This record gives sequence, structure tokens and C-alpha cells, in this order.
Amino acid sequence: MSDRRDGAPEAAIDAENAVDSAADAESADPASPDGGHAAATPSTHTVRLELVDEPGQLLAALHPIADNGGNLLSIYHERGNKTPRGRIPVEVDFEATPERFEEIVDALRSEGVNVMQAGTERYAEEVTLLLFGHLIDTDLSDTLSRIEACESASVADVSLAAPQGTEEVSSARLRLEARAGETDAALAAVRELADEKELRVVEPLTGVDA
Amino acid sequence: MKLAVIGAGAVGRSVVELAGEHGHEVVAVADSSTAVVADGADGRGGDAVGVDPDAVVARKAERGIVGDDDPEDALAADYDVLVEATPTTLGDAEPGFSHVTTALERDRHAVLANKGPVAERFGDLRAAVDDSDGDIRFEATVGGAIPAVSTVEDIEPGHVTAVRGVLNGTANFILTRMAAEGLDYDHVLAEAQDLGVAEADPSFDVDGTDAALKCVILANVLSFGAVDDPADAREFTLDDADVSGIRDVPGSALRLAAEDGQTVRLIGEATGETVRVAPRLVPENGTLAVSGTQNIVQIETSHAGRLNISGRGAGGPETASAVLGDVGRLE
Repeated sequence: MSDRRDGAPEAAIDAENAVDSAADAESADPASPDGGHAAATPSTHTVRLELVDEPGQLLAALHPIADNGGNLLSIYHERGNKTPRGRIPVEVDFEATPERFEEIVDALRSEGVNVMQAGTERYAEEVTLLLFGHLIDTDLSDTLSRIEACESASVADVSLAAPQGTEEVSSARLRLEARAGETDAALAAVRELADEKELRVVEPLTGVDA
Repeated sequence: MKLAVIGAGAVGRSVVELAGEHGHEVVAVADSSTAVVADGADGRGGDAVGVDPDAVVARKAERGIVGDDDPEDALAADYDVLVEATPTTLGDAEPGFSHVTTALERDRHAVLANKGPVAERFGDLRAAVDDSDGDIRFEATVGGAIPAVSTVEDIEPGHVTAVRGVLNGTANFILTRMAAEGLDYDHVLAEAQDLGVAEADPSFDVDGTDAALKCVILANVLSFGAVDDPADAREFTLDDADVSGIRDVPGSALRLAAEDGQTVRLIGEATGETVRVAPRLVPENGTLAVSGTQNIVQIETSHAGRLNISGRGAGGPETASAVLGDVGRLE
């Protein structure tokens, strides 16, 4: 029920702290190398990344930031925590102009680094759905990992109800976090998987504040 | 207006009974094998033009016939509007389709309570209307008493982006009871059958077919209403609808939904491009989570926001009110 990864409130607090440290950093290092080229002034950004727990991964994720003119301020490596995909969440604060910030996020993505959250924009639209059928016989953990494997979404929360035992029909409520604008793609992926496993999906009415 | 009512089920009988209150006169009534035509076998002569509604309803109840005439006589009677209230059939939508085109060929109007012709052969019907001085209306086919079609027409189909809602009272009753009582589908279905809310064979309702037909009709209204030339419109039939029903929704799924402040409703959605019917998660206290046999139609518009109309989606007098409203619009 509670393997939901750290939510927005904490991130928001961190971002505030980061603003303070940004002010310090600015006075300490006023001449950021490319600052003069951009019309907009640099501001502090916080990105939340998801890294595979292997040597060199952190450095590989920091390169696209530094190489694209981001001024690194702090790195919070949550080694004790795991994301639902079993990866390590890392929070990075850096300074960059708005244009550079976009480039950095793109560069991170093209390096294959999963950006879960960038700045104030959460790369997560929440969507809740129900699955029912022979969930357990069709290997629920495989079902969940395959939803996880889909680029658009990760599984934030699962509740299972199997009132008639594991061999009968059971139901699950899934909360997915999808990247902004990719909820439809995430739902389509779930639908396809459900078809394959002969499960039924009860989708939410997305985009309707009923 | 002089009405010929074809079909003597709950809706047809209610039309016969309520026509007078709306200022119309029933000149012929037919069921599948018998008919009564005014000044004919009814035995009423003189100045009386219409058939006696009470006598028709009594004969149907007592002897299973509406009169001693042939149904063909009712189709040939001197009416202004033919009311098509025979049971919905799929595919070629017969005999309802021919009843309507017979009226149009005679330059008379037709009002449908039968979903078949408008869901399965909308294009053919439009073509028949183009060749006729008569027109067709079919408010009663979608959402019973709820003015869904006329509201879409008032807003103009080109300014309606989607219509969705709960369009089957039987399925909604079952889902409501399952969630409220924590009972399983089979149990609640038996209860619904005892109450007369579900039919002995509930497939049409619980498999989503009925809701899908209504959405297909709405999709046709949106599609044909948004173009100047009907040839440019996309015609929808039941085959174009993506349909899944509620038959296998387990009680445990409804409990999980309730834990999260949500519930499940069989929601139909129509746009000018797609038709979809499926059980969907909706907020437990939200607009779309109507209870029991209630229906709701939600219309999404380009400039006027969202409209919600809820009410009784079935029943003889309710549906007959929609039929007689249509008759009034044809005057």
C-alpha cells in the first residue's frame, strides 16, 4: 500500500532550500561560464532522477547537466530508498537559464536517464484504475513489472482483493504515475497487457472532473 | 396530429393513453399480429375519428390483441405521424425500418422509440427523409425521458465535442446495489429480475449493447449534424462501437473502488469519431454516479461548457413523453 515514492511536499521543501543555497552560490560564483549568452537570468532547478544501482551511473547522469551549462549546486543521493522500479532516486539542484534547463532535461532523457520530476513540473499524472480477473494465476508481479517497464508510467500503489482465494477471480486497484501528457499511452499499455492476459480493466474517465 | 402507433408494448400503450393529453389523436394501433384502425373494426362511427385508448389497452391486456384489423391496415391508415414503437432489432432493423420508410414514402412523419433503424441504418433513413416531405425524430431512443437528442440539436452538433453518460438503468441498478450492499453480480441480478428491473435474459442491458446503441445514435447525430452534405458524414452502427459490459465485474472490484472514494458505472461515450461503452471508475459522489435506475447524459460543448441532464431513462410513460414531445416538434 505504501511503496509510493516520495511525493510533492518533500520535493517542494527541498526546492525552497535549494533557492537559499542558490543565492549563496550566485554570490560565490557570479561568473557562470555561459551566463552571458542567455537573455534570461539563471535560476535554480531541482530535478528528480531515477538511477540504476550500478557504479558510474551517478556520474553519467551529472554529465549532461554540466555539459549543457548547468551549474551544479547539490546532489541528494537517496541510497536507502528505492523507486517502485527498484532504482535509486537522486535529487539534483542546479542553476540554469530556462532555455538551458530544457536542453538539460532533453539531454538527460537522450542519455537514457529517467527524469521523474523537473522543476515545478511533475512528470507524474496520477491515474487510478481497476484490474480484475485471474490476476494471481496470470502472475500479478509480472503484470506490475511489465507496466513498470512501459516508458510512460510507473506503479505507485497496488491494493489487491482476492476474497475467494487465489484461484478465483480477484481484483486490484492500481495507482499509476504517468509522465505529463502520457496518461493515455500508459492506459493503452495497460489495456494491451490486460488483453494478452485476459484480464479486464476498469479505466477512469480521464480528463473529466465528473 | 393524427397518430398511428405501431407496437403495443409498454411504450406504445403509453403513447396511446397519453396522446389525448398532448392534443393528439390516435387513429390506428398495431401490434405484431393485430391492429385497430379508427372507423374500422373498433366500431366507432359518426364523428369519432380516433380509436378508444382504454379499449385498446384493455383488449391488449385481456386478449393479447389490439383489435381485429390487420397490421397492414394500420400502416395504410390516414395518419400524420407514425410512431414506431416495436422492439429494437439489429442488423437490417426490420420490421421497424420498413414501417418508417413506408410513412416517409407517403410523405408522413415518423417518430421512433425503436433504436434499431437509427442505430443500424441511419444513412438509409436520412436518404429516405431527403426524398420525402416527412421527417423523422427519435428522442425516445436515447435516455427515455431525458431530452438528449433535442438538446444536442439545440446546441448544434458542430458545437458538441462529446456526449457521455449512464444510459442503461438495469446495469446502473446492478452496479449501485453491488456497491451499496457488497453483493455479487449474480445475487443482485436475481433481485433486479424479481423487481422487474432486469429482464429474464438481461444480456442486452448488462453486456452494454443497449447503451452502445444509444451512443451510436448520438454519434450519428453528431456526425451527420456537423456536416452540410450527408455524404460527408461518417455513419455509425453497432459494429463501430467498442463495447464491454458489467457481467463479470466482481464485488471485490467495487469494494476497492469504494476504498478510494470511487465507484464503477457503465459509461457510454460518443463523439463524431468514436463510440465506447465500458465500466469506468468515477468519483463516488460525482455527477455521473447516479443511483439505481436513473440515467444521466453529459454533453460537452465548445462554448457552453458542460451540461448534465439526469432522469428516468426507461419506462412506458417516460418514454412516451419523449415520443409525444417529438410529435409536438413536428407540428
